[in-house]
Amino acid sequence: MRTDFVVREVATGLRRNVTMTVAMVLTTAISLVMVGTGLLAVKTIDATEAIYSDRLEIRVALTQDVSTADADCTQPICAGLRSTLENSPLVAGVTYENQQEAYQRFQELFAGQSVAELARPQSLPATLRVKLVDRDGSTEAAAAAVKQAMDNQVGVRTVIDQRDVVSKLFDFLGGVRNVTFALALVQAVAALLLISNTVQVSAYTRRTEVGVMRLVGATRWYTQLPFLVEAVITGVVGAVLAGAGLLVGKIAFIDSLLAGIAQNGVIPPVTLADVLTVSAYLVPIGAVIAGITGYVTLRLYVKV
Amino acid sequence: MIRLERVTKMYKTSTRPALDRVSVEVGKGEFVFLIGPSGSGKSTFLRLLLREDVPTRGKIWVTDLDVAKLPRRKVPRLRQRIGVVFQDFRLLPNKTVGENVAFALEVIGKSPSTIRKVVPEVLELVGLEGKAERMPHELSGGEQQRVAIARAFVNRPLVLLADEPTGNLDPDTSQDIMLLLERINRTGTTVVMATHDHSIVDSMRRRVVELDMGRVVRDEAHAVYGVGR
Ligand SMILES: Nc1ncnc2c1ncn2[C@@H]1O[C@H](COP(=O)(O)OP(=O)(O)O)[C@@H](O)[C@H]1O
Ligand SMILES: [Mg+2]
Repeated sequence: MRTDFVVREVATGLRRNVTMTVAMVLTTAISLVMVGTGLLAVKTIDATEAIYSDRLEIRVALTQDVSTADADCTQPICAGLRSTLENSPLVAGVTYENQQEAYQRFQELFAGQSVAELARPQSLPATLRVKLVDRDGSTEAAAAAVKQAMDNQVGVRTVIDQRDVVSKLFDFLGGVRNVTFALALVQAVAALLLISNTVQVSAYTRRTEVGVMRLVGATRWYTQLPFLVEAVITGVVGAVLAGAGLLVGKIAFIDSLLAGIAQNGVIPPVTLADVLTVSAYLVPIGAVIAGITGYVTLRLYVKV
Repeated sequence: MIRLERVTKMYKTSTRPALDRVSVEVGKGEFVFLIGPSGSGKSTFLRLLLREDVPTRGKIWVTDLDVAKLPRRKVPRLRQRIGVVFQDFRLLPNKTVGENVAFALEVIGKSPSTIRKVVPEVLELVGLEGKAERMPHELSGGEQQRVAIARAFVNRPLVLLADEPTGNLDPDTSQDIMLLLERINRTGTTVVMATHDHSIVDSMRRRVVELDMGRVVRDEAHAVYGVGR
């Protein structure tokens, strides 16, 4: 195979339909940006879930009288609840937070705000903080069991599942991911059609050359490779643009948008490394998709 | 070199076969005219040899290759053994004469050094020495056909097929092209030329295979075109 020949043919082909080439690069880039955004969303969701699955606890808030009376969970009601929890195979650990500790945490959380001054230790409940056992990657089963065991027990005021609080966030992120992937899919179909069309146009504008090649006995590598390389190059250029787009998107939007919550550790930040990794994936994805589309098009529509 | 056994070609869109039980054998180094009126099946005959199309029935051999049964990936092997020229030259308009000829070698993977050596030789053989840098539109019709012949012959094929190569040329230029094809034939290359030009056939006195409505109606050595046609 003569590489100089292929290089020359590809250069001619790309130059001959500049507008088509540009359209193809841009469409590919946009669809890959969406794929990339989807991948980043997935990664963020996974990382967020990982953070919370460690941290999330069930909090069993105790009634006012038990809270006030018991500073270290040694009296019968609290101790009973605690041993029930500790004996459950679904519970990884139980810690007791008394009113004084709850008060301190409350002060840290709302430091400088007026509610911090209004609060009194006596008005806050003591809680049993229950760490759950992870079964098959989920604490679902454990949470349900603990809730059932603690609800309506003597001395229990409420059972708070922290996972309920963040599930809204997960729902939101999941929605972002799904919408992005749906758009990426639509856009990818457009990109595929455009690549296919460009290959056909390209083959048509070079039908004389291809005709001569066939007649003199050029193998399919020679007749088809220039078109394939053309498609792959546009795919790769599209992917590189998409990577640049993601980077700009991160710096211009994500960083400022998520700055607050990411710093607080509510969700993990989208790092530069994440964006670069995803961009690096986009290049082979773009190349392979464009190459396969080009190949199929040549097989189906172009007599070479 | 070439053998057709009861070859029938039906195109989907027509009821009459384009070739009807055609059996012809052409030996190595022969020069054969394929004659007949327009629509008699001459181009179809040549297309089948090139595997541009497959016969509906019958067998075709070119050298040791079973053309109709040849798998797709071996078609290039067949075509590298066959040179072809057409009435309309089919040169690449944006390449020079030299590049047009070189292109045929490039796309079958010949090395640059071979190409540099062989292209001037073949241009000289066809009488185009010194015109390698010209563009096709700067040449006369006869010269353009010489480029096409150079391109068809540069890889030294065993067989040269010509489909009305003089169809667009005036009689004098046609005679020059015939001399060139004769010279190529003398190198041992088998030549099959489709034509309906009486004077050329008559002046050459070579084997004539005549087709009519897809049938071989005459196969005669040292023949003329025939009376009243
Ligand atoms: N691609 C085709 N599809 C359908 N019919 C064809 C095709 N090519 C040729 N024919 C028909 O086959 C017959 C022979 O054509 P052709 O081989 O071109 O004859 P010639 O070259 O002697 O003029 C004609 O009737 C022509 O109309
Ligand atoms: Mg014809």
